[in-house]
Amino acid sequence: MNATAQRRLLSSLFVGACGFSVLVALVPLALIMFFVVSQGVQALNFDFFTSMPKPVGQAGGGMANAIVGTLMLSGLAALLAVPIGVISGVYLSEYPGTRLASVVRFASDTLNGVPSIVIGVFAYGLAVLPFKQFSTLAGGLALGIMMIPIVAKTTEELLLLVPGSMREGALALGATRGRAVRTVILPAALPGIVTGIVLALARIAGETAPLLFTSFNNRFFSTSLTQPISSITVQVYTYAISPYDDWHRQAWAGALVLITIVLGCSVLARLATARVSRLRTR
Amino acid sequence: MAARSQDLGFRLTTGAFAAALALIVLGVGVELVRQSWLSVEAFGFDFWRTSTWDPVAGDFGALPFIWGTLYSSVLALVIATPIALGIAIFISELCPAWLRTPLVFLTELLAAIPSIVYGLWGIFVLVPAVRTLQMHVPESLRALPIFSGPPLGVGMLSAALILAIMVVPFTSSVAREVLKAVPDAQREGAYALGATRFEAIRAALYFARTGIVGAVMLGFGRALGETMAVTMVIGNNPQVSASLFAPQYTMAAVIANEFTEAADELYLNALIEIGLVLFAITLIINGLSRLLIWSMARNTGASRARASAGEGVGA
Repeated sequence: MNATAQRRLLSSLFVGACGFSVLVALVPLALIMFFVVSQGVQALNFDFFTSMPKPVGQAGGGMANAIVGTLMLSGLAALLAVPIGVISGVYLSEYPGTRLASVVRFASDTLNGVPSIVIGVFAYGLAVLPFKQFSTLAGGLALGIMMIPIVAKTTEELLLLVPGSMREGALALGATRGRAVRTVILPAALPGIVTGIVLALARIAGETAPLLFTSFNNRFFSTSLTQPISSITVQVYTYAISPYDDWHRQAWAGALVLITIVLGCSVLARLATARVSRLRTR
Repeated sequence: MAARSQDLGFRLTTGAFAAALALIVLGVGVELVRQSWLSVEAFGFDFWRTSTWDPVAGDFGALPFIWGTLYSSVLALVIATPIALGIAIFISELCPAWLRTPLVFLTELLAAIPSIVYGLWGIFVLVPAVRTLQMHVPESLRALPIFSGPPLGVGMLSAALILAIMVVPFTSSVAREVLKAVPDAQREGAYALGATRFEAIRAALYFARTGIVGAVMLGFGRALGETMAVTMVIGNNPQVSASLFAPQYTMAAVIANEFTEAADELYLNALIEIGLVLFAITLIINGLSRLLIWSMARNTGASRARASAGEGVGA
Protein backbone atom coordinates (compact mmCIF):
# COMPACT_ATOMS: atom_id res chain seq x y z
CA MET A 1 0.00 0.00 0.00
CA ASN A 2 1.47 3.38 -0.90
CA ALA A 3 1.63 6.35 1.43
CA THR A 4 -1.34 8.19 -0.07
CA ALA A 5 -3.61 5.19 0.24
CA GLN A 6 -2.49 4.78 3.81
CA ARG A 7 -3.27 8.39 4.61
CA ARG A 8 -6.68 8.06 2.95
CA LEU A 9 -7.42 4.93 4.96
CA LEU A 10 -6.38 6.62 8.20
CA SER A 11 -8.62 9.56 7.32
CA SER A 12 -11.64 7.34 6.66
CA LEU A 13 -11.02 5.45 9.89
CA PHE A 14 -10.95 8.76 11.76
CA VAL A 15 -14.19 9.94 10.17
CA GLY A 16 -15.75 6.60 11.01
CA ALA A 17 -14.59 6.84 14.62
CA CYS A 18 -16.14 10.31 14.99
CA GLY A 19 -19.45 9.11 13.58
CA PHE A 20 -19.29 6.09 15.86
CA SER A 21 -18.80 8.26 18.95
CA VAL A 22 -22.04 10.06 18.11
CA LEU A 23 -23.82 6.71 18.10
CA VAL A 24 -22.14 5.73 21.38
CA ALA A 25 -23.55 8.87 23.04
CA LEU A 26 -27.02 8.37 21.59
CA VAL A 27 -27.32 4.81 22.94
CA PRO A 28 -27.61 5.85 26.62
CA LEU A 29 -30.01 8.66 25.63
CA ALA A 30 -32.25 6.14 23.87
CA LEU A 31 -31.97 3.66 26.74
CA ILE A 32 -32.84 6.27 29.38
CA MET A 33 -35.78 7.55 27.35
CA PHE A 34 -36.99 4.01 26.71
CA PHE A 35 -36.93 2.98 30.38
CA VAL A 36 -38.36 6.20 31.75
CA VAL A 37 -41.24 6.17 29.28
CA SER A 38 -42.01 2.44 29.41
CA GLN A 39 -41.73 2.17 33.20
CA GLY A 40 -43.27 5.57 33.89
CA VAL A 41 -46.35 5.10 31.72
CA GLN A 42 -47.32 2.00 33.71
CA ALA A 43 -47.52 3.95 36.94
CA LEU A 44 -48.73 7.26 35.63
CA ASN A 45 -52.45 7.95 35.91
CA PHE A 46 -54.79 10.71 36.93
CA ASP A 47 -54.36 9.82 40.60
CA PHE A 48 -50.66 10.55 40.37
CA PHE A 49 -51.41 14.24 39.98
CA THR A 50 -54.32 14.54 42.38
CA SER A 51 -53.76 12.23 45.35
CA MET A 52 -51.31 12.11 48.21
CA PRO A 53 -48.60 9.48 48.69
CA LYS A 54 -49.91 6.20 50.12
CA PRO A 55 -48.18 4.50 53.05
CA VAL A 56 -45.94 1.50 52.41
CA GLY A 57 -47.88 -1.58 51.33
CA GLN A 58 -50.75 0.27 49.69
CA ALA A 59 -50.54 0.46 45.93
CA GLY A 60 -51.41 3.63 44.05
CA GLY A 61 -51.39 7.12 45.44
CA GLY A 62 -49.72 10.09 43.87
CA MET A 63 -47.49 13.07 44.27
CA ALA A 64 -49.97 15.95 44.50
CA ASN A 65 -48.05 17.52 47.37
CA ALA A 66 -44.69 17.13 45.61
CA ILE A 67 -46.03 18.66 42.39
CA VAL A 68 -47.34 21.69 44.28
CA GLY A 69 -44.01 21.83 46.12
CA THR A 70 -41.96 21.86 42.93
CA LEU A 71 -44.19 24.59 41.49
CA MET A 72 -43.80 26.74 44.62
CA LEU A 73 -40.04 26.21 44.83
CA SER A 74 -39.57 27.07 41.14
CA GLY A 75 -41.80 30.11 41.53
CA LEU A 76 -39.79 31.40 44.47
CA ALA A 77 -36.57 30.76 42.58
CA ALA A 78 -37.85 32.80 39.62
CA LEU A 79 -38.91 35.59 41.97
CA LEU A 80 -35.33 35.87 43.15
CA ALA A 81 -33.47 35.11 39.92
CA VAL A 82 -35.43 36.96 37.25
CA PRO A 83 -34.92 40.51 38.58
CA ILE A 84 -31.27 40.00 39.53
CA GLY A 85 -30.48 37.97 36.41
CA VAL A 86 -32.22 40.21 33.87
CA ILE A 87 -30.93 43.48 35.34
CA SER A 88 -27.40 42.09 35.61
CA GLY A 89 -27.71 41.00 31.99
CA VAL A 90 -28.76 44.54 31.05
CA TYR A 91 -25.72 45.95 32.85
CA LEU A 92 -23.39 43.46 31.14
CA SER A 93 -24.68 44.30 27.68
CA GLU A 94 -24.92 48.08 28.23
CA TYR A 95 -21.52 48.51 29.87
CA PRO A 96 -19.57 45.55 28.49
CA GLY A 97 -16.09 47.02 28.85
CA THR A 98 -16.16 48.10 32.49
CA ARG A 99 -14.13 46.39 35.18
CA LEU A 100 -17.30 45.52 37.10
CA ALA A 101 -18.64 43.81 33.97
CA SER A 102 -15.64 41.49 33.68
CA VAL A 103 -15.80 40.71 37.40
CA VAL A 104 -19.52 39.96 37.17
CA ARG A 105 -19.09 37.86 34.04
CA PHE A 106 -16.42 35.79 35.77
CA ALA A 107 -18.53 35.49 38.94
CA SER A 108 -21.51 34.40 36.89
CA ASP A 109 -19.52 31.69 35.09
CA THR A 110 -18.11 30.57 38.42
CA LEU A 111 -21.50 30.43 40.11
CA ASN A 112 -22.77 28.39 37.18
CA GLY A 113 -19.99 25.86 37.79
CA VAL A 114 -20.42 25.59 41.57
CA PRO A 115 -21.81 22.12 42.37
CA SER A 116 -25.49 22.26 43.25
CA ILE A 117 -24.87 20.46 46.53
CA VAL A 118 -22.55 23.28 47.62
CA ILE A 119 -25.27 25.83 46.82
CA GLY A 120 -27.48 23.73 49.08
CA VAL A 121 -24.93 23.94 51.91
CA PHE A 122 -24.77 27.72 51.42
CA ALA A 123 -28.56 28.10 51.54
CA TYR A 124 -28.62 25.87 54.62
CA GLY A 125 -26.21 28.16 56.43
CA LEU A 126 -28.13 31.24 55.33
CA ALA A 127 -31.77 30.22 55.70
CA VAL A 128 -32.04 26.99 57.71
CA LEU A 129 -29.45 27.17 60.47
CA PRO A 130 -30.48 30.57 61.90
CA PHE A 131 -34.15 29.51 62.17
CA LYS A 132 -33.52 25.85 63.00
CA GLN A 133 -36.19 24.97 60.45
CA PHE A 134 -36.20 23.47 56.93
CA SER A 135 -38.43 25.64 54.78
CA THR A 136 -39.83 26.28 51.31
CA LEU A 137 -38.07 29.66 51.40
CA ALA A 138 -34.67 28.04 51.94
CA GLY A 139 -35.27 25.67 49.01
CA GLY A 140 -36.41 28.53 46.79
CA LEU A 141 -33.31 30.49 47.77
CA ALA A 142 -31.03 27.61 46.78
CA LEU A 143 -32.74 27.11 43.42
CA GLY A 144 -32.88 30.87 42.81
CA ILE A 145 -29.12 31.23 43.33
CA MET A 146 -28.56 28.47 40.78
CA MET A 147 -30.88 30.17 38.32
CA ILE A 148 -29.35 33.68 38.47
CA PRO A 149 -26.26 33.08 36.30
CA ILE A 150 -28.30 31.26 33.64
CA VAL A 151 -30.78 34.13 33.36
CA ALA A 152 -28.01 36.75 33.40
CA LYS A 153 -26.12 35.01 30.61
CA THR A 154 -29.18 34.51 28.37
CA THR A 155 -30.25 38.13 28.86
CA GLU A 156 -26.78 39.45 28.03
CA GLU A 157 -26.46 37.31 24.91
CA LEU A 158 -29.90 38.19 23.61
CA LEU A 159 -29.52 41.92 24.26
CA LEU A 160 -26.27 41.89 22.31
CA LEU A 161 -28.21 40.49 19.32
CA VAL A 162 -30.44 43.58 19.20
CA PRO A 163 -29.19 45.68 16.27
CA GLY A 164 -27.10 48.68 17.37
CA SER A 165 -29.14 50.93 15.08
CA MET A 166 -32.19 50.48 17.33
CA ARG A 167 -30.27 51.71 20.36
CA GLU A 168 -28.77 54.57 18.40
CA GLY A 169 -32.19 55.52 17.06
CA ALA A 170 -33.66 55.68 20.55
CA LEU A 171 -30.74 57.69 21.89
CA ALA A 172 -30.85 60.05 18.88
CA LEU A 173 -34.49 60.78 19.64
CA GLY A 174 -33.34 62.01 23.02
CA ALA A 175 -34.17 58.98 25.15
CA THR A 176 -32.09 58.43 28.24
CA ARG A 177 -30.16 55.18 28.47
CA GLY A 178 -32.67 53.69 30.88
CA ARG A 179 -35.58 54.66 28.69
CA ALA A 180 -33.92 53.27 25.56
CA VAL A 181 -33.39 49.96 27.33
CA ARG A 182 -36.91 49.83 28.77
CA THR A 183 -38.89 50.87 25.73
CA VAL A 184 -36.79 49.72 22.77
CA ILE A 185 -34.00 47.28 23.52
CA LEU A 186 -35.57 45.00 26.14
CA PRO A 187 -38.88 44.63 24.24
CA ALA A 188 -36.96 43.63 21.10
CA ALA A 189 -35.20 40.84 22.97
CA LEU A 190 -38.11 39.90 25.23
CA PRO A 191 -39.33 36.72 23.48
CA GLY A 192 -35.84 35.26 23.64
CA ILE A 193 -35.35 36.25 27.26
CA VAL A 194 -38.67 34.68 28.25
CA THR A 195 -37.63 31.50 26.45
CA GLY A 196 -34.35 31.53 28.33
CA ILE A 197 -36.16 31.95 31.66
CA VAL A 198 -38.47 29.02 30.85
CA LEU A 199 -35.44 26.85 30.03
CA ALA A 200 -33.72 27.89 33.25
CA LEU A 201 -36.87 27.04 35.20
CA ALA A 202 -37.04 23.62 33.57
CA ARG A 203 -33.46 23.00 34.57
CA ILE A 204 -33.78 23.99 38.21
CA ALA A 205 -37.11 22.17 38.59
CA GLY A 206 -35.09 18.99 38.00
CA GLU A 207 -32.59 19.75 40.78
CA THR A 208 -32.48 17.49 43.82
CA ALA A 209 -29.21 18.01 45.68
CA PRO A 210 -29.79 21.62 46.78
CA LEU A 211 -33.22 20.70 48.19
CA LEU A 212 -32.17 17.74 50.35
CA PHE A 213 -31.42 19.89 53.37
CA THR A 214 -33.17 23.17 52.56
CA SER A 215 -36.78 22.40 51.71
CA PHE A 216 -36.23 18.79 52.88
CA ASN A 217 -39.40 16.73 52.34
CA ASN A 218 -42.91 16.65 53.72
CA ARG A 219 -45.33 13.73 53.74
CA PHE A 220 -48.28 16.06 54.04
CA PHE A 221 -49.80 18.68 51.82
CA SER A 222 -48.29 22.05 52.58
CA THR A 223 -48.15 25.45 50.98
CA SER A 224 -46.46 27.12 53.92
CA LEU A 225 -43.32 29.10 53.12
CA THR A 226 -41.79 28.46 56.52
CA GLN A 227 -42.36 24.70 56.71
CA PRO A 228 -40.54 21.87 54.91
CA ILE A 229 -42.13 21.01 51.58
CA SER A 230 -42.07 18.03 49.27
CA SER A 231 -40.77 18.22 45.69
CA ILE A 232 -40.97 15.79 42.78
CA THR A 233 -37.21 15.29 42.67
CA VAL A 234 -36.68 14.63 46.38
CA GLN A 235 -39.72 12.37 46.38
CA VAL A 236 -38.32 10.38 43.43
CA TYR A 237 -35.04 10.05 45.32
CA THR A 238 -36.79 8.82 48.48
CA TYR A 239 -38.79 6.30 46.47
CA ALA A 240 -35.84 5.16 44.33
CA ILE A 241 -33.62 4.20 47.26
CA SER A 242 -36.50 2.52 49.14
CA PRO A 243 -36.89 -1.27 49.00
CA TYR A 244 -40.57 -1.27 47.92
CA ASP A 245 -41.79 -2.10 44.42
CA ASP A 246 -44.83 0.18 44.70
CA TRP A 247 -42.54 3.08 45.50
CA HIS A 248 -40.19 2.22 42.62
CA ARG A 249 -43.16 2.48 40.27
CA GLN A 250 -43.98 5.90 41.69
CA ALA A 251 -40.35 6.94 41.21
CA TRP A 252 -40.48 6.03 37.51
CA ALA A 253 -43.73 7.96 37.13
CA GLY A 254 -42.10 10.98 38.79
CA ALA A 255 -39.11 10.65 36.47
CA LEU A 256 -41.44 10.60 33.48
CA VAL A 257 -43.11 13.80 34.67
CA LEU A 258 -39.71 15.47 35.13
CA ILE A 259 -38.48 14.38 31.70
CA THR A 260 -41.71 15.58 30.11
CA ILE A 261 -41.30 19.01 31.71
CA VAL A 262 -37.69 19.30 30.55
CA LEU A 263 -38.36 17.93 27.08
CA GLY A 264 -41.52 20.01 26.64
CA CYS A 265 -39.69 23.19 27.60
CA SER A 266 -36.74 22.53 25.27
CA VAL A 267 -39.01 21.74 22.33
CA LEU A 268 -41.12 24.84 22.99
CA ALA A 269 -37.96 26.93 23.28
CA ARG A 270 -36.66 25.49 19.99
CA LEU A 271 -39.89 26.34 18.23
CA ALA A 272 -39.96 29.83 19.73
CA THR A 273 -36.37 30.65 18.79
CA ALA A 274 -36.81 29.18 15.32
CA ARG A 275 -39.79 31.47 14.82
CA VAL A 276 -37.96 34.52 16.13
CA SER A 277 -34.99 33.94 13.82
CA ARG A 278 -37.37 33.46 10.88
CA LEU A 279 -38.95 36.81 11.70
CA ARG A 280 -35.51 38.38 11.94
CA THR A 281 -34.29 37.16 8.60
CA ARG A 282 -37.45 38.25 6.84
CA MET B 1 -28.22 67.75 32.73
CA ALA B 2 -31.25 65.87 34.06
CA ALA B 3 -30.77 63.26 31.35
CA ARG B 4 -27.14 62.90 32.37
CA SER B 5 -27.97 62.25 36.00
CA GLN B 6 -30.68 59.82 34.92
CA ASP B 7 -28.09 57.96 32.89
CA LEU B 8 -25.86 57.81 35.95
CA GLY B 9 -28.77 56.57 38.04
CA PHE B 10 -29.47 53.84 35.47
CA ARG B 11 -25.87 52.77 35.49
CA LEU B 12 -25.72 52.67 39.28
CA THR B 13 -28.98 50.74 39.66
CA THR B 14 -28.17 48.08 37.08
CA GLY B 15 -24.59 48.00 38.39
CA ALA B 16 -25.89 47.32 41.91
CA PHE B 17 -27.80 44.26 40.74
CA ALA B 18 -24.78 43.02 38.80
CA ALA B 19 -22.60 43.57 41.86
CA ALA B 20 -25.11 41.55 43.90
CA LEU B 21 -24.46 38.61 41.57
CA ALA B 22 -20.72 38.86 42.20
CA LEU B 23 -21.29 39.23 45.95
CA ILE B 24 -23.22 35.95 46.04
CA VAL B 25 -20.10 34.05 44.95
CA LEU B 26 -18.07 35.82 47.61
CA GLY B 27 -20.84 35.11 50.12
CA VAL B 28 -20.76 31.38 49.35
CA GLY B 29 -17.02 31.28 50.07
CA VAL B 30 -17.27 33.32 53.29
CA GLU B 31 -20.24 31.36 54.59
CA LEU B 32 -18.58 28.00 53.92
CA VAL B 33 -15.41 29.04 55.73
CA ARG B 34 -17.43 30.40 58.66
CA GLN B 35 -19.59 27.29 59.00
CA SER B 36 -16.70 24.84 58.74
CA TRP B 37 -14.27 26.64 61.03
CA LEU B 38 -14.68 24.24 63.97
CA SER B 39 -13.55 21.34 61.83
CA VAL B 40 -10.77 23.30 60.13
CA GLU B 41 -9.36 24.23 63.53
CA ALA B 42 -9.80 20.80 65.09
CA PHE B 43 -8.22 18.69 62.36
CA GLY B 44 -6.12 21.05 60.26
CA PHE B 45 -4.44 19.35 57.36
CA ASP B 46 -4.91 15.89 58.88
CA PHE B 47 -8.53 16.11 57.75
CA TRP B 48 -7.30 15.39 54.22
CA ARG B 49 -4.76 12.70 55.11
CA THR B 50 -6.65 10.35 57.41
CA SER B 51 -9.43 7.94 56.55
CA THR B 52 -11.28 7.46 59.83
CA TRP B 53 -14.83 8.75 59.52
CA ASP B 54 -16.36 8.17 62.93
CA PRO B 55 -19.16 10.60 63.84
CA VAL B 56 -19.73 8.89 67.21
CA ALA B 57 -16.13 9.37 68.35
CA GLY B 58 -16.00 12.78 66.67
CA ASP B 59 -13.04 11.77 64.52
CA PHE B 60 -13.17 12.90 60.90
CA GLY B 61 -10.80 12.18 58.03
CA ALA B 62 -11.89 12.87 54.47
CA LEU B 63 -9.30 10.97 52.44
CA PRO B 64 -11.71 8.28 51.13
CA PHE B 65 -14.11 10.94 49.82
CA ILE B 66 -11.38 12.85 48.01
CA TRP B 67 -10.10 9.58 46.59
CA GLY B 68 -13.55 8.52 45.43
CA THR B 69 -14.28 11.92 43.86
CA LEU B 70 -10.97 12.04 41.99
CA TYR B 71 -11.04 8.38 40.92
CA SER B 72 -14.60 8.52 39.60
CA SER B 73 -14.09 11.86 37.85
CA VAL B 74 -10.79 10.91 36.21
CA LEU B 75 -12.22 7.58 35.08
CA ALA B 76 -15.30 9.34 33.72
CA LEU B 77 -13.08 11.78 31.88
CA VAL B 78 -11.02 8.97 30.33
CA ILE B 79 -14.24 7.43 29.00
CA ALA B 80 -15.99 10.67 28.05
CA THR B 81 -13.25 12.78 26.46
CA PRO B 82 -12.65 10.77 23.25
CA ILE B 83 -16.39 10.39 22.71
CA ALA B 84 -17.08 14.07 23.40
CA LEU B 85 -14.33 15.21 21.05
CA GLY B 86 -15.50 12.76 18.40
CA ILE B 87 -18.99 14.23 18.62
CA ALA B 88 -17.71 17.80 18.52
CA ILE B 89 -15.58 17.04 15.44
CA PHE B 90 -18.39 15.15 13.74
CA ILE B 91 -20.92 17.93 14.30
CA SER B 92 -18.69 20.89 13.47
CA GLU B 93 -16.45 19.44 10.76
CA LEU B 94 -17.95 16.38 9.17
CA CYS B 95 -21.70 16.05 9.25
CA PRO B 96 -24.03 17.35 6.54
CA ALA B 97 -25.76 20.63 7.41
CA TRP B 98 -29.24 19.11 7.70
CA LEU B 99 -28.04 16.69 10.38
CA ARG B 100 -26.34 19.34 12.50
CA THR B 101 -29.37 20.86 14.24
CA PRO B 102 -30.97 17.54 15.24
CA LEU B 103 -27.65 16.21 16.56
CA VAL B 104 -27.00 19.34 18.59
CA PHE B 105 -30.54 19.07 19.95
CA LEU B 106 -30.06 15.44 20.96
CA THR B 107 -26.75 16.05 22.74
CA GLU B 108 -28.29 19.03 24.52
CA LEU B 109 -31.11 16.76 25.60
CA LEU B 110 -28.56 14.51 27.26
CA ALA B 111 -27.42 17.54 29.28
CA ALA B 112 -30.99 18.49 30.15
CA ILE B 113 -31.99 15.18 31.75
CA PRO B 114 -32.14 15.76 35.52
CA SER B 115 -29.44 14.12 37.61
CA ILE B 116 -32.05 12.25 39.65
CA VAL B 117 -33.37 10.56 36.49
CA TYR B 118 -29.85 9.41 35.63
CA GLY B 119 -29.61 8.05 39.15
CA LEU B 120 -32.91 6.20 38.96
CA TRP B 121 -31.93 4.69 35.62
CA GLY B 122 -28.52 3.88 37.09
CA ILE B 123 -29.98 1.95 40.04
CA PHE B 124 -32.40 -0.14 38.02
CA VAL B 125 -30.67 -0.57 34.64
CA LEU B 126 -26.97 0.25 34.76
CA VAL B 127 -26.11 -1.32 38.12
CA PRO B 128 -27.57 -4.76 37.22
CA ALA B 129 -25.74 -4.55 33.87
CA VAL B 130 -22.42 -3.82 35.59
CA ARG B 131 -23.07 -6.70 38.00
CA THR B 132 -23.55 -9.07 35.05
CA LEU B 133 -20.44 -7.68 33.41
CA GLN B 134 -18.41 -8.30 36.55
CA MET B 135 -19.57 -11.91 36.75
CA HIS B 136 -18.17 -12.39 33.26
CA VAL B 137 -14.73 -11.10 34.17
CA PRO B 138 -12.43 -14.11 33.58
CA GLU B 139 -11.17 -15.90 36.71
CA SER B 140 -7.57 -15.12 35.87
CA LEU B 141 -8.21 -11.36 35.94
CA ARG B 142 -10.14 -11.32 39.21
CA ALA B 143 -6.94 -11.54 41.21
CA LEU B 144 -5.92 -8.11 39.89
CA PRO B 145 -6.61 -5.28 42.34
CA ILE B 146 -8.69 -3.28 39.85
CA PHE B 147 -11.12 -6.18 39.29
CA SER B 148 -11.30 -7.48 42.86
CA GLY B 149 -14.34 -7.66 45.10
CA PRO B 150 -17.75 -9.36 45.11
CA PRO B 151 -20.18 -8.61 42.24
CA LEU B 152 -22.41 -5.93 43.81
CA GLY B 153 -23.07 -3.80 40.77
CA VAL B 154 -22.91 -0.59 42.80
CA GLY B 155 -19.41 0.82 42.85
CA MET B 156 -16.76 2.85 41.08
CA LEU B 157 -17.39 1.62 37.52
CA SER B 158 -21.14 2.31 37.65
CA ALA B 159 -20.46 5.81 39.00
CA ALA B 160 -17.82 6.55 36.37
CA LEU B 161 -20.04 5.31 33.53
CA ILE B 162 -22.96 7.47 34.62
CA LEU B 163 -20.66 10.45 35.10
CA ALA B 164 -19.20 9.89 31.64
CA ILE B 165 -22.67 9.95 30.06
CA MET B 166 -23.44 13.18 31.92
CA VAL B 167 -20.15 14.90 31.08
CA VAL B 168 -20.11 14.12 27.33
CA PRO B 169 -22.66 16.81 26.33
CA PHE B 170 -20.82 19.50 28.32
CA THR B 171 -17.37 18.78 26.93
CA SER B 172 -18.64 18.30 23.39
CA SER B 173 -20.62 21.53 23.33
CA VAL B 174 -17.66 23.61 24.56
CA ALA B 175 -15.31 21.79 22.18
CA ARG B 176 -17.74 22.53 19.34
CA GLU B 177 -17.65 26.25 20.18
CA VAL B 178 -13.86 26.12 20.31
CA LEU B 179 -13.63 24.42 16.90
CA LYS B 180 -16.03 26.97 15.48
CA ALA B 181 -13.55 29.68 16.54
CA VAL B 182 -10.76 28.14 14.43
CA PRO B 183 -10.35 30.31 11.33
CA ASP B 184 -11.30 28.54 8.08
CA ALA B 185 -7.96 29.60 6.67
CA GLN B 186 -6.35 26.91 8.87
CA ARG B 187 -8.35 24.14 7.23
CA GLU B 188 -8.19 25.64 3.75
CA GLY B 189 -4.44 25.94 4.09
CA ALA B 190 -4.15 22.29 5.04
CA TYR B 191 -6.39 21.16 2.17
CA ALA B 192 -4.45 23.34 -0.26
CA LEU B 193 -1.31 21.47 0.75
CA GLY B 194 -3.03 18.21 -0.15
CA ALA B 195 -4.02 17.14 3.36
CA THR B 196 -6.64 14.45 3.90
CA ARG B 197 -9.69 15.22 5.99
CA PHE B 198 -8.05 13.75 9.07
CA GLU B 199 -4.91 15.82 8.56
CA ALA B 200 -6.88 19.04 8.06
CA ILE B 201 -8.91 18.39 11.22
CA ARG B 202 -5.72 17.55 13.08
CA ALA B 203 -4.40 20.96 12.08
CA ALA B 204 -7.60 22.60 13.34
CA LEU B 205 -7.38 20.62 16.59
CA TYR B 206 -3.78 21.68 17.04
CA PHE B 207 -4.78 25.30 16.55
CA ALA B 208 -7.58 24.84 19.10
CA ARG B 209 -5.55 22.84 21.63
CA THR B 210 -5.78 25.26 24.57
CA GLY B 211 -9.52 25.61 24.10
CA ILE B 212 -9.92 21.84 23.88
CA VAL B 213 -8.02 21.40 27.15
CA GLY B 214 -10.34 24.03 28.62
CA ALA B 215 -13.39 22.09 27.42
CA VAL B 216 -12.09 18.88 28.99
CA MET B 217 -11.41 20.69 32.26
CA LEU B 218 -14.92 22.13 32.32
CA GLY B 219 -16.20 18.57 32.03
CA PHE B 220 -13.91 17.58 34.90
CA GLY B 221 -15.37 20.36 37.05
CA ARG B 222 -18.87 19.07 36.33
CA ALA B 223 -17.92 15.51 37.21
CA LEU B 224 -16.33 16.50 40.53
CA GLY B 225 -19.46 18.18 41.79
CA GLU B 226 -22.09 15.81 40.42
CA THR B 227 -24.14 14.54 43.34
CA MET B 228 -27.38 12.62 42.94
CA ALA B 229 -26.59 10.15 40.17
CA VAL B 230 -23.26 9.24 41.76
CA THR B 231 -24.72 8.94 45.25
CA MET B 232 -27.27 6.47 43.95
CA VAL B 233 -24.85 4.09 42.23
CA ILE B 234 -21.42 4.33 43.89
CA GLY B 235 -22.30 2.25 46.95
CA ASN B 236 -21.44 4.86 49.60
CA ASN B 237 -18.70 2.99 51.41
CA PRO B 238 -15.80 5.16 52.63
CA GLN B 239 -12.74 3.18 51.58
CA VAL B 240 -9.69 3.84 49.46
CA SER B 241 -9.69 1.03 46.93
CA ALA B 242 -8.27 0.68 43.44
CA SER B 243 -10.99 -1.75 42.42
CA LEU B 244 -13.42 -0.71 39.70
CA PHE B 245 -16.09 -2.82 41.33
CA ALA B 246 -15.64 -1.74 44.96
CA PRO B 247 -18.36 0.41 46.51
CA GLN B 248 -16.79 3.76 47.36
CA TYR B 249 -17.86 7.27 48.32
CA THR B 250 -17.49 10.82 46.98
CA MET B 251 -17.34 14.25 48.61
CA ALA B 252 -20.66 15.35 47.16
CA ALA B 253 -22.30 12.04 48.08
CA VAL B 254 -21.29 12.16 51.74
CA ILE B 255 -22.74 15.67 52.07
CA ALA B 256 -25.98 14.55 50.42
CA ASN B 257 -26.31 11.46 52.61
CA GLU B 258 -25.20 12.62 56.02
CA PHE B 259 -26.03 16.32 56.18
CA THR B 260 -29.47 15.93 57.73
CA GLU B 261 -28.15 13.33 60.17
CA ALA B 262 -25.29 15.44 61.44
CA ALA B 263 -26.45 15.97 65.00
CA ASP B 264 -23.50 17.68 66.62
CA GLU B 265 -21.75 20.78 65.47
CA LEU B 266 -18.34 19.27 64.75
CA TYR B 267 -19.92 16.65 62.46
CA LEU B 268 -21.79 19.36 60.55
CA ASN B 269 -18.65 21.49 60.33
CA ALA B 270 -16.68 18.55 58.95
CA LEU B 271 -19.29 18.01 56.23
CA ILE B 272 -19.30 21.71 55.37
CA GLU B 273 -15.50 21.65 55.16
CA ILE B 274 -15.84 18.99 52.48
CA GLY B 275 -18.25 21.35 50.72
CA LEU B 276 -15.75 24.18 51.09
CA VAL B 277 -12.99 22.18 49.43
CA LEU B 278 -15.35 21.08 46.66
CA PHE B 279 -16.18 24.76 46.14
CA ALA B 280 -12.49 25.73 46.07
CA ILE B 281 -11.57 22.97 43.61
CA THR B 282 -14.38 23.79 41.19
CA LEU B 283 -13.50 27.49 41.48
CA ILE B 284 -9.90 26.81 40.46
CA ILE B 285 -10.80 24.39 37.67
CA ASN B 286 -13.47 26.64 36.23
CA GLY B 287 -11.19 29.66 36.44
CA LEU B 288 -8.35 27.84 34.66
CA SER B 289 -10.55 26.42 31.92
CA ARG B 290 -12.18 29.82 31.25
CA LEU B 291 -8.71 31.30 31.06
CA LEU B 292 -7.63 28.70 28.50
CA ILE B 293 -10.75 29.10 26.37
CA TRP B 294 -10.50 32.86 26.62
CA SER B 295 -6.82 33.00 25.63
CA MET B 296 -7.57 30.76 22.66
CA ALA B 297 -10.44 33.05 21.61
CA ARG B 298 -8.13 36.04 21.90
CA ASN B 299 -5.46 34.38 19.76
CA THR B 300 -8.08 33.57 17.16
CA GLY B 301 -9.28 37.16 17.19
CA ALA B 302 -5.72 38.35 16.69
CA SER B 303 -5.02 36.00 13.80
CA ARG B 304 -8.32 36.96 12.21
CA ALA B 305 -7.39 40.61 12.41
CA ARG B 306 -4.04 39.78 10.86
CA ALA B 307 -5.69 37.80 8.09
CA SER B 308 -8.06 40.63 7.20
CA ALA B 309 -5.16 43.12 7.31
CA GLY B 310 -3.36 40.88 4.84
CA GLU B 311 -6.37 40.88 2.56
CA GLY B 312 -6.36 44.66 2.66
CA VAL B 313 -2.76 44.71 1.49
CA GLY B 314 -3.48 42.25 -1.30
CA ALA B 315 -6.37 44.34 -2.60
